[in-house]
Amino acid sequence: MTIARTVACLPEAALRTHDLAVGYRTRRTTHAVLERINLTARAGELTCLMGPNGIGKSTLLRTLAGMQPALWGVVELNGVNLRAMTQAGLARRLGVVLTDRVVVDAWTVRRVVELGRYAHSGWFGGMAHRDREVVEWAIDAVGVRHLADRDFSRLSDGERQRVMVARALAQEPAVLVLDEPTAFLDVPSRVEMIGLLRQLTRSTELAVVVSTHDLELALRTADAVWLVMPGGEVATGAPEDVMLAGGIAQAFEGQHIRFHAAERGFRLLTGDCGAARIRGTGLRAVMAHAVLEREGYATPIEAAADACDVSVEVHDSGWRASAHEVVYAGSDFASLAAFLRARRVAA
Amino acid sequence: MTKADLGRLTALVLTLVAAILLSLALGSTRIPLRGVFSALMGTSRGSSGAFVVTTIRLPRSLTAMLAGASLGIAGLQMQTLFENPLADPFALGISSGANLGVALVVLDAGYGPASAFGTAMGMRGDALVTAAAIVGAGAVLTVVLIVSNRVASPTTVLVLGLMFGYAVSAVVTVLVGASRPERLQQWAQWGFGSFSGVTWQRLRLFAPLSIVGVLIALATTKQLNALLLGERYARSMGLKVRQARLLTMVGASLLGAVVTAFCGPISFLGIAVPHLCRGLFGTSDHRVLVPAVVLMGSVLALLAQMLSLLPGSAGMLPLNAVTSLLGAPVVVAVLLRSRRGALA
Repeated sequence: MTIARTVACLPEAALRTHDLAVGYRTRRTTHAVLERINLTARAGELTCLMGPNGIGKSTLLRTLAGMQPALWGVVELNGVNLRAMTQAGLARRLGVVLTDRVVVDAWTVRRVVELGRYAHSGWFGGMAHRDREVVEWAIDAVGVRHLADRDFSRLSDGERQRVMVARALAQEPAVLVLDEPTAFLDVPSRVEMIGLLRQLTRSTELAVVVSTHDLELALRTADAVWLVMPGGEVATGAPEDVMLAGGIAQAFEGQHIRFHAAERGFRLLTGDCGAARIRGTGLRAVMAHAVLEREGYATPIEAAADACDVSVEVHDSGWRASAHEVVYAGSDFASLAAFLRARRVAA
Repeated sequence: MTKADLGRLTALVLTLVAAILLSLALGSTRIPLRGVFSALMGTSRGSSGAFVVTTIRLPRSLTAMLAGASLGIAGLQMQTLFENPLADPFALGISSGANLGVALVVLDAGYGPASAFGTAMGMRGDALVTAAAIVGAGAVLTVVLIVSNRVASPTTVLVLGLMFGYAVSAVVTVLVGASRPERLQQWAQWGFGSFSGVTWQRLRLFAPLSIVGVLIALATTKQLNALLLGERYARSMGLKVRQARLLTMVGASLLGAVVTAFCGPISFLGIAVPHLCRGLFGTSDHRVLVPAVVLMGSVLALLAQMLSLLPGSAGMLPLNAVTSLLGAPVVVAVLLRSRRGALA
């Protein structure tokens, strides 16, 4: 008889907080944005920090990165308290990519990446053989080899962001912290950026912590999720665990938005026009389903024909819909949507 | 530093040498190059030409070179530190401070104590003006540094310096308004700027101070490069930002203050030279820019000095008018030629 192992070995904790409180301290007042935070980011894992706007994600990230002091509590990098490190020592353990827009003219991509060697290189910033090797490795790691000699200021936003990641990698950190690296990117670049970060955690022992608003993308890609809830507590775990516990729904659902864990995505509530039934198979059936959902019809899986307000059949050359024994037909989904809208107005 | 950079630097060095020789040869009496050489070698001691070269023109040319290099370096530091292409050596209000100091002793409109104190110290004329400028610049700089040390954002520091400048200028305006015409003349003379007033004796103070300032910049090229990405990124890469900022502000202000004290408020070179070098060298790398700015600043200052003497014995053009009239079109041309502008 074999005994099932219930707990697999978790990778090493690269970054850990103990009862951390983050916020702002002025001469008279102390304003804690988030308190009693206990988090762990593991080597070789992509951790996504999520939560509603203005909840304190950036403050938390800046504190983790040592860019602003913790109010209370401890941040540890590989077991060493952040406060015990020098600025250069910190830079050798932790790399940062910020939302700051970098404006620097007449400066090649390779030069930008070389700046990442600041904490390693000599007094005048001269590059030793090993420094050059690391720079070239970082350039390859983010896939910007073809841009290496181009002027940084002429790159697209997505390319720039990659270069900034390469620069952080050149610091040879154990932890990489990124504050909304996808914020100004178009959709393919967003997917590529998150994909790149995931790939980095796989090819190196890097722990990556990234805050993002791309919830659905993060839920599909992250190894771990830190979800800041409206009350200020932080839910952690694998994305699936957090979804199952209802955390996402609690944090983001609104009057017109529902989170569907099974689809790992949000749905807009568009009204209640009744139930609809779909006949047909394949992608066309899926698309018809999407049209019905958008126009406010529920589509129960096992619906009897007579219990439904509309019945839609899809076939190779279009659709047929029957409602109250009248049959309508069309060739594309635009006409289906128009038909459904017309019914709604009539009702 | 690439081969092309080295080539351009060499060309600048050659231009500088030519400019130095020209500046020694040209003037109210023209001295042939052979005469200049023999004067420099000390083989024609006693001739009037050699006297003019060694006691008048050589210190004047050295002063121009030091002033041009100093202002260029200070401008470069300020522009990088404040991430602002319009920053110049006087961004922290030090030229207004020097102005105030000089106004107090020159205008003397019922503010006798300042000049009386100077006279008691055995200083008169130019030396007194220089001392007053140094004290004024130092006072304003100290206040700005103390205040700015509590401020996080570089932009705020810049605005602080600007506000200080305005406040101090207002005081100067009051002094000007209350002063006598013949004093105003002397005051205006100081405002024109000049490289001619610095003798060998005064160079002994001017040169070391200005060289120290340039060495500070040379020693901090790595820090300045890191600052190109902004203070927050620089910090995340291991730069001690507060320390680097203080060192750079002190260094740049020292350069600006020293030049102002010895040569008057020389406008324009400080802002223009860094832009010209960025345009010419096509890089923002301070390891290249610092030597380039030193050379370019020296050349331009020498050129301006020679042009201000052009009318010959009829009198001199104000140096400030020459630097701006000569430099503004050049900078505009350089900016327009580089597609996005060498600044941004």
